[in-house]
Amino acid sequence: MTAALEIVRAGALTTVQDLGRPGHAHLGAPRSGALDEPAHRLANRLLGNPPEAATLETTLTGCTVRALRPTTAVVTGAPCPVTVDGRPAAWGTPVRLPAGAVLATGTVTHGLRGYLAFEGGVDVTPVLGSRATDLLTGLGPEPLRDGTLLHLGTPPSAPPAPASAAHWQAPPGELVLPVVYGPRADWFTAAAHRTLITGTYRVASASNRIGLRLEGPPLERAREGELPSEGMALGALQVPPEGRPVLFLADHPVTGGYPVIGVVPEEALAGAGQAPPGTAVRFWAVR
Amino acid sequence: MTGARMTGARMTGARATGEEEHGLRVLPVGRHGLLVELPTAEAAEAFHAELLRRRTAGELPATREIVPGARTVLLEGLAEPARLAARLPEWAIPPLTPGQDATLEIAVRYDGPDLEQVAKLWRVPPDEVVRMHAATEFRVAFCGFAPGFGYLTGLPEEYHVPRRASPRTRVPAGAVALAGAYTGVYPRASPGGWQLIGTAPHTVLWDPERTPAALLTPGTHVRFVPEETR
Repeated sequence: MTAALEIVRAGALTTVQDLGRPGHAHLGAPRSGALDEPAHRLANRLLGNPPEAATLETTLTGCTVRALRPTTAVVTGAPCPVTVDGRPAAWGTPVRLPAGAVLATGTVTHGLRGYLAFEGGVDVTPVLGSRATDLLTGLGPEPLRDGTLLHLGTPPSAPPAPASAAHWQAPPGELVLPVVYGPRADWFTAAAHRTLITGTYRVASASNRIGLRLEGPPLERAREGELPSEGMALGALQVPPEGRPVLFLADHPVTGGYPVIGVVPEEALAGAGQAPPGTAVRFWAVR
Repeated sequence: MTGARMTGARMTGARATGEEEHGLRVLPVGRHGLLVELPTAEAAEAFHAELLRRRTAGELPATREIVPGARTVLLEGLAEPARLAARLPEWAIPPLTPGQDATLEIAVRYDGPDLEQVAKLWRVPPDEVVRMHAATEFRVAFCGFAPGFGYLTGLPEEYHVPRRASPRTRVPAGAVALAGAYTGVYPRASPGGWQLIGTAPHTVLWDPERTPAALLTPGTHVRFVPEETR
């Protein structure tokens, strides 16, 4: 089989992503998968692909891809300029690419991560049932580089279901995240509980697919020490000794010894995955 | 406090079924998870084994992940965590029965750079470290750190050793190492602070093409077999 795509410019970080590899955390493998899962699903729906078809997840600066054979592509996620052979093309609408055409996505206008999907999905060898790149453990394909060649799967036989990119919620300027206290909320003082929900945090530049690191008021511990290693959930708000919480995203470590003050429900994590460094973050306690 | 335990979950006295007090605590993890904490590592392993038994028997609600830890088991992806949490204290949890399951043998060359240091900490000659380590029946308590890295318990408490004061920037794949209560085998080269006592040259700890991909899955019994050194 000959390659269908050539990465001309990989941008800041472009990885292959799908719905991840749930069910392997006990072996040390994080779930991984698209950080903005609704945007990934939407891209596939717009093309008639199944939701698990792999897309390209771009970061901030987009990427440029040459179609080596005719295909159809769509860009969702963080809004950005899209061009085909240098001419403006629609964002959030399928674009037909003749062989040789070059599709480029530019720097996002807001948000952080874009999803570039192709008819049939990106076809790399699945690892533990997923094609996703996991940056924590290195499972799945390497992050894309300039010159990487990619294959595509079989195009869908049915036409795409009606869908509109308008359903995608653009990330707000301020990220407001619900948090369910526990499992280790009792490792923190009452003052820390107040600080978490009244304080304003900011997304630190060291954030990545593993976690959203937060700058802001430290959370005071009610007890010292570390926990014996315990399972870490997706969305866990883990607090290292210096007191600034880290929100665990798709490539998070599966076990850890720092206490988790609360867990952000999964449906709120797509927004976290779209928050660039500097974004203001507030938490509100939910049950 | 908002983070209070979800249920009292402490049993008083043995039940008619004859099991001992579990002393388990059930802690909330988001909207669809539970962290079940047990009083000892052994109790956590027994509880994990019981979870797997019930899952195989179709007696456990659907879960996405069951992740054992040192003294806990995390359950993720439960539709109704509160329902399961309410039932857990009623469970009869049979104690672990050593020697019943097959034991995985891993050939080891006891040539690690920290063997002397471990011998000093154990206050025995290096040969005795080898003999004692190879005579121990280990069990994979949980995995983490890297895919295929198992935390193996079995060494008595007096043989627990600290991590190295300064971690190595590169520990080779197959290194057999000790830290805290655990023995581990590095599935691939990585930085690491554990005390290296040997090398498992022939064992593939992690192979995504294999099912399961990890050789050391939680609950697996392991024995290390000394390989003749030239």
